[in-house]
Amino acid sequence: MSIMDNGFSATRRLVLKGAGTVALAGLGVISLDLPAAFAAANDKYPEEAFKQKSEADAIKLLYGRTAELSDKVKMDAPEIAENGAVVPVSVSTTLTDVTSIAFLVSENPNALIASYKIPAGTIPSVANRIKMAKTSNVIVIVEAGGKLYSATKEVKVTVGGCGG
Amino acid sequence: MASTIRVRATSNGDTTEVQALIQHPMDSGFVKDAQGQIIPPHFIQELTFEYDGKAVFVADWGGGISKDPYVKFAFKGGKKGDDLKVSWVDNKGATDTATAKIQ
Repeated sequence: MSIMDNGFSATRRLVLKGAGTVALAGLGVISLDLPAAFAAANDKYPEEAFKQKSEADAIKLLYGRTAELSDKVKMDAPEIAENGAVVPVSVSTTLTDVTSIAFLVSENPNALIASYKIPAGTIPSVANRIKMAKTSNVIVIVEAGGKLYSATKEVKVTVGGCGG
Repeated sequence: MASTIRVRATSNGDTTEVQALIQHPMDSGFVKDAQGQIIPPHFIQELTFEYDGKAVFVADWGGGISKDPYVKFAFKGGKKGDDLKVSWVDNKGATDTATAKIQ
């Protein structure tokens, strides 16, 4: 009987160990050693990054580092958005070797809005329409040559577009 | 069913400009309906544009993209009359695909 028990607990331990590893990988803990494994760098949908509430956590999960403000990142967004459900925002940059562009809204329930992969040969310029819950900073991150550059603009929202 | 994807790709010789409009509710999961019930999240997660067998633009989206999303970008190359393939997949696993001729 006791032999059986041991057999069971050993199996159980192995299973738990495996689950723990998967959980850690999911949190991005393991990929800290491999910057190339970050969400923006591979083809997988960055599910966890999209669940983050703060823009800092989302950027960390997406890229694993922080961005510096750059005047080479040009964001076009309205000063005042009457309807927070549809806010047109576009970005362009004179930076070269751009690999991805991300949009974030700090006051939204989930900060990360979109992350675009820019393969070689694609112009680093994107326009889209985003939702904003309330007046907030809109942040654009441009990944170029392995570094992160950002631009920020406050957009005043008259009617929120995230429910409530 | 009619396609949910409307895409226009225009070449000026050097670059091809692409504009796409997709019909999708893009429910974030934070909005309540008239009865006060949360509308469950339902949004496009990945949108891919392919030209000549290669991805020229990939969008990873969250629920913060507006309903019936619009996106615009441009890529170098692309000849008039060639095909541009567009496809999306949402968080419920639904997909749609369309092919547009570059004009």
